[in-house]
Amino acid sequence: MKSYFIELKEGINISLRAIRANKMRAILTTLGIIIGIVAVTTMSTAIVGLRQAFINSISSFGSDVLYVDKFDWLGGHDWHSMRNRKNITFEQYEKLRNTLSSYSAMAPNLRSFGAKVKYAQKSTDATMIYGTTEDYVKTANLVVDKGRFLNSMDVKSGRKVCVVGTDIADALFPREDPVNKEIKVGGMPMTIIGVLQKQGSGLFGGFSPDGQIIMPLKTFENSVGKFRSNLRIDIKVSDQNRINETRDEVIAIMRAIRKVPLDKPNDFAVNQQEAFKELYDKTVGVVGIAGLFITALALFVGSIGIMNIMFVSVTERTKEIGIRKAIGAKTWSILTQFLSEAIIICLFGGIVGLMISFPLSLVINQFLPTAMPLDIVIISLLISAFVGVVSGFLPAYKASKLDPVEALRYE
Amino acid sequence: MDNIITIEHIAKIYQVGTEEVHALADVSLTIDRNEYVAIMGPSGSGKSTLMNILGCLDTPTKGIYDFKGVNVSDMNDNQLAQIRNKEIGFVFQTFNLLARSDALHNVELPLIYAGVPSAERKERARAALVHVGLESRMHHRPNELSGGQRQRVAIARALVTNPSIILADEPTGNLDTKTGEDIMALFHEIHQKGNTIILVTHEEYIAEHAARILRIRDGLIEKDEIVDRRRIPTKNNASFL
Repeated sequence: MKSYFIELKEGINISLRAIRANKMRAILTTLGIIIGIVAVTTMSTAIVGLRQAFINSISSFGSDVLYVDKFDWLGGHDWHSMRNRKNITFEQYEKLRNTLSSYSAMAPNLRSFGAKVKYAQKSTDATMIYGTTEDYVKTANLVVDKGRFLNSMDVKSGRKVCVVGTDIADALFPREDPVNKEIKVGGMPMTIIGVLQKQGSGLFGGFSPDGQIIMPLKTFENSVGKFRSNLRIDIKVSDQNRINETRDEVIAIMRAIRKVPLDKPNDFAVNQQEAFKELYDKTVGVVGIAGLFITALALFVGSIGIMNIMFVSVTERTKEIGIRKAIGAKTWSILTQFLSEAIIICLFGGIVGLMISFPLSLVINQFLPTAMPLDIVIISLLISAFVGVVSGFLPAYKASKLDPVEALRYE
Repeated sequence: MDNIITIEHIAKIYQVGTEEVHALADVSLTIDRNEYVAIMGPSGSGKSTLMNILGCLDTPTKGIYDFKGVNVSDMNDNQLAQIRNKEIGFVFQTFNLLARSDALHNVELPLIYAGVPSAERKERARAALVHVGLESRMHHRPNELSGGQRQRVAIARALVTNPSIILADEPTGNLDTKTGEDIMALFHEIHQKGNTIILVTHEEYIAEHAARILRIRDGLIEKDEIVDRRRIPTKNNASFL
């Protein structure tokens, strides 16, 4: 065992000397591996980042929440026919609320994209405006940073109050406490009663949850959303493990409420966050894996380069191999020597590749919420070493099997 | 009798195309401890083949090769490598040193494959180089050394493992007469210290340094003779530096 390490050390020293003796050749060979590793790590960082960005952007939809809507979010139906479905009404919501056996929160809501928000001389744009009830804080998993959320009194009497995201608070009140200040939302004056905790931007900064405004349903109907009466009902289930049973119950109740004939399909949809992920993995995810496969070809080409140069190295050093064998090097001593040369070249390429792709991943980080994950670093080093073993094995095996008499005679 | 090598009816047959070439037809011999034997023969006589088999670089097609009581005729490559490493010291006509390594590392090499730890290795290699008179050349690479000095490094490398036999293949073939004489003086000294030397040469003059000459022709031992008047080489101290 001890002699094994002595020979291994010699093998590594020989490899380092051989690489130093042929610097240019080693650098050019390594270049193939460097390009391969940069391509693979950058690609996988981008793939991981893209998925993370997507998950962040749908994280405002809870995984334990069912969204009852006229529209099926994943399509699957003709959009025009969905638009012609009857709206979900407040009465239907009340019936559902009274019938559903178990849930932890249920919030009907109306939504509107964007509106001008003003305070004194300042103005900003809200990304999303919600009209809803006090339960929405639970269904949307919101945390109130300052002040309070809507309560049942606000909702019942349709008070002109609202809760705003941090972007709006920061834009209108850079130095003041926004709570109890009166702002104008789409021309309608209302009082801020709370500010939400910062949630971070969604995919490419679009529809940031930090730019939202939440107000009582009636207040919404009387201001921004006069003509919007299609309700969405968000239901947070009481037991996430039984979400599918609750979903079936909701469908059954809604069909009864909306009087859907037995032979007709649902004229509404019960949406879930999970469905988004599945759709993502089925589309973007598949494209990502194909991309990774194509970039892996670059690494493969690099490894062919290593194999080629190792064959050259073995031929060049036939005499040396003969000398070593005559003096007592065993088959595996020679095998170790050439394998470690290939592995060192590849590992070196892997490390340089990582040093290039790490800054690249920081650039990607400007667009996607990711840095290079540690496991990609470790995996890519393992891949480099593996490429070294695979591409070094045949040449090393050839070297180790040389006949010492023939090898000594080689000039 | 204390014999190291016993060879019985050895043959080596190569297949060249459809023809069988008998490089060695039928050779039997014994070599005792502390013998100084020269193997002579013209090119194509089979002396190189015999040397390769004696040096365990190759195995015979037929016959038995008994090395210190162990049959090496049908050992595998790794077992042969181990015998070469521990029991045989090679000295070649073209020196066969590693060009990129200095003298010390070249001499250390067999000890690396013997699994000797670094500190002991360096010490033994240094002692071997001092023995051949190269204490001031330890960190020179082969291309910074003269032919005679290179051959001394090779001899130090052969001696460093304390092998049972030293196998020298035309050790003076690439050297001028004077340097050759120095090398023969070194072999003489090594022999005096109790080593067994097998010298392969085609030069009568060099062979006469040995105590016994085996003449090979057409794959057979033609003559096995004792040298009556051995040449005792004169040591030329100047060239040691």
